[in-house]
Amino acid sequence: MLSRVAERIYWLGRYMERSENIARLVNVNSNLLLDLPAGVRVGWGSLIDISGTGSYFERDTQLADEKTVVNFILADKKNPASLINSLSFARENSRITRETMPMEAWELINDLYHYIRDRAEKVTSRRDRSIILLHVISSVQQFSGLLAGCMSHNNAYDLLRIGRNLERADMSTRIVDAGLVNLLPHLSAGGTEVLEPYDNILWMSVLRSLSAYQMYRQHVRDRVNANAVVTFLLQNEDFPRAVAHCLKQLEQCLWALPNSEKVLAAIVSIQHKLDEANLDELLKSGLHEYIDELQLEIGNLHFKIAETWFLPVVMAQSQEQKSA
Amino acid sequence: MLKEVTMSEMKIDWQNYHSGHFYDELISAPGQPRPETRHLAQYLASLTGQELQDRKLSAELAIKTMGISFTVYSDAGNIDREWPFDIIPRIIPQKEWQKTERGLIQRLTALNLFINDIYNDRKIIKDKVVPAYLFEDSVNFRKECIGMKPAYGVWSHICGSDLIRDDKGDFFVLEDNLCVPSGVSYMLENRKVTKRVFPELFENHNIVPVTDYPNQLFDTLASLSPRKADRPEIVVLTPGIYNSAYFEHSYLAQQMGVELVEGSDLVVDSDDCVYMRSIDGLKRVDVIYRRIDDLFLDPEMFNPDSVLGVRGLMRAWLKGNVALANAPGAGVADDKVIYTFVPAMIKYYLGEEPILPNVPSYLCVDKKQCDYVLANLDKLVVKPANESGGYGMIIGPQASKKELEEFALRIKADPRNYMAQPLISLSTAPILTNGNAEPRHIDLRPFVLQGKDHCVTPGGLTRVAMRKGSYVVNSSQGGGSKDTWIVVED
Repeated sequence: MLSRVAERIYWLGRYMERSENIARLVNVNSNLLLDLPAGVRVGWGSLIDISGTGSYFERDTQLADEKTVVNFILADKKNPASLINSLSFARENSRITRETMPMEAWELINDLYHYIRDRAEKVTSRRDRSIILLHVISSVQQFSGLLAGCMSHNNAYDLLRIGRNLERADMSTRIVDAGLVNLLPHLSAGGTEVLEPYDNILWMSVLRSLSAYQMYRQHVRDRVNANAVVTFLLQNEDFPRAVAHCLKQLEQCLWALPNSEKVLAAIVSIQHKLDEANLDELLKSGLHEYIDELQLEIGNLHFKIAETWFLPVVMAQSQEQKSA
Repeated sequence: MLKEVTMSEMKIDWQNYHSGHFYDELISAPGQPRPETRHLAQYLASLTGQELQDRKLSAELAIKTMGISFTVYSDAGNIDREWPFDIIPRIIPQKEWQKTERGLIQRLTALNLFINDIYNDRKIIKDKVVPAYLFEDSVNFRKECIGMKPAYGVWSHICGSDLIRDDKGDFFVLEDNLCVPSGVSYMLENRKVTKRVFPELFENHNIVPVTDYPNQLFDTLASLSPRKADRPEIVVLTPGIYNSAYFEHSYLAQQMGVELVEGSDLVVDSDDCVYMRSIDGLKRVDVIYRRIDDLFLDPEMFNPDSVLGVRGLMRAWLKGNVALANAPGAGVADDKVIYTFVPAMIKYYLGEEPILPNVPSYLCVDKKQCDYVLANLDKLVVKPANESGGYGMIIGPQASKKELEEFALRIKADPRNYMAQPLISLSTAPILTNGNAEPRHIDLRPFVLQGKDHCVTPGGLTRVAMRKGSYVVNSSQGGGSKDTWIVVED
């Protein structure tokens, strides 16, 4: 397979996954608001911090209101990681690689992009938004299912899954981080014992944003608490959106790909870092810094992938912007 | 009061179909279909206007879902348009086609001998059959190619010649496209659409299939490989997604099962061989079907600003480490002035009479002929030597006085760049419009392959001037197309 095509497919996987994650995140935050009393200030701005696009927002994220934030995250063309841009990039990548996957894949992405573009003005309305976002989530799921069932599980498929799992691992660490820093600022001062009534709801919303609530209950069999949630989302190997699971998937994607030694080494290094972490200790202090380090390693993994399979020249010219 | 006829009551009546003094492909006189089109004419007349309109809509839908499109460049940006298609097929009897096929092979054989001669021994100039000055300022002559001897002495491996019929129905060659002719993918897709729209017609006709073209193209390209490997590595080189023919590039790559590459995917290494960058590392490339113009192929040798090409590609080709189809410099014979010498070439190289005649032409570079052209500008079609797509030409009988005066100045300024032909009355064929049949002018672009062997597509791409009375068939200027059937008669 051509390196250029490989790179496009990898980014297609990332952008589709990113679109789903953005939709989940906004949807959960919208629902969370309905459960909270009027006096509790939940930062819409934290959504911007999670996606790491604060530098494009050009305003104080803590003071931002719902409409501004939602529009910025979903429909703003100036935000490189907005939903509409993610889908537009996914579409461009898919257009160029349409020969490599079943025809329906291109049609699905093309339709989804037009669906969002035609509704960009409606996303600030809570009612329309919920319908729109659920459609995005189910379309991306359909895309994954279509490829799982109708595309040869060849190198192209592996690269698409690499993109998907890397993006997913990245997003899960961001969501945990956001829970720590923004949703529960007092946690860094200790105090995991008795959760405030609303803290409980907030952690549940963290789980829900990853559709992890049910799986968490089955697995943890304990009330929702910060320690167990963080452990589950980082270290669980069975839950598909947990970081450890994504890394396991990434490792499996490498089996059939050529020259994968350096990429494998980068994955193993992140796995060690996860295995060895003492989350009890870290929750008391230093978890935020630890997650920063994890994200750096995930970023490094991306560069190893690019170095191994994509052209350095094209990389430099590439218009894609990885959210910082 | 006149009763309005609705679509469902309307039917095609060939008695009311008049093509004037032009040769019509379907009827020989009003109400009289030709022997080979009898079934088709009867069948079309049996359908109501509404039924015909439904077929037309279903063809449009098929074209949309199959994603058959082409790009039109305009000031307002590039537009991806659905391929314009008329559902009534054009029929040519096989017997007549076999002769045309021989004529096309004869012509391409002579043209390739000519190109090879021009870049090597130049015998045809020494023997004074073709004047030397033609090459001094020919924009498509590449001095960098002098002395090159490509495989089998063939420079133009894929040729698309445009054929027209005069009012007697005889085929003439209007021009040859020896560089990067396009349109073959539409020929293939037109057949697929017709099969969807008129499956019942295929029962009553014995139609020669066109589907073999991608295999023939593959075999032709494979025969050029400098390495005698079992499976030579063939690629299609495209300028990219914004090129008007990108659909065709990706289509042909897909049909042949080869990689579609852009310039940045290829690299010429220190061993002067071409490689493509793949996830396994560098992979040697043997044959490049290039769909990029000569001057953009290699920034090292030609246009230094080209980002479409590959640095060092010409070096690799001149050393014989990679085959380029068509070879750089092949366009020297695309020149519409050199075109006028093709019948002489056929006699010179092959010692044969041309099977397919040229359209009679006047060279403006010749003082006498130029005076004739200037005096009769309002009756002639004047074309620049090296333009394609119908650009830069003037159709005298349809031009205004001011346009003619301006054009005369251009000819006087650069006579070498112009040739003129009488306005040949292009043949007509019926198109479906508002549930009825009306005649429109058409031409035909068959595709001829030459590598180790020769092949000609059965038929080719029939292009239609969709506007009434118009002669302009180019898709970039509002032309459409038709499926073309070579029919075996019982």
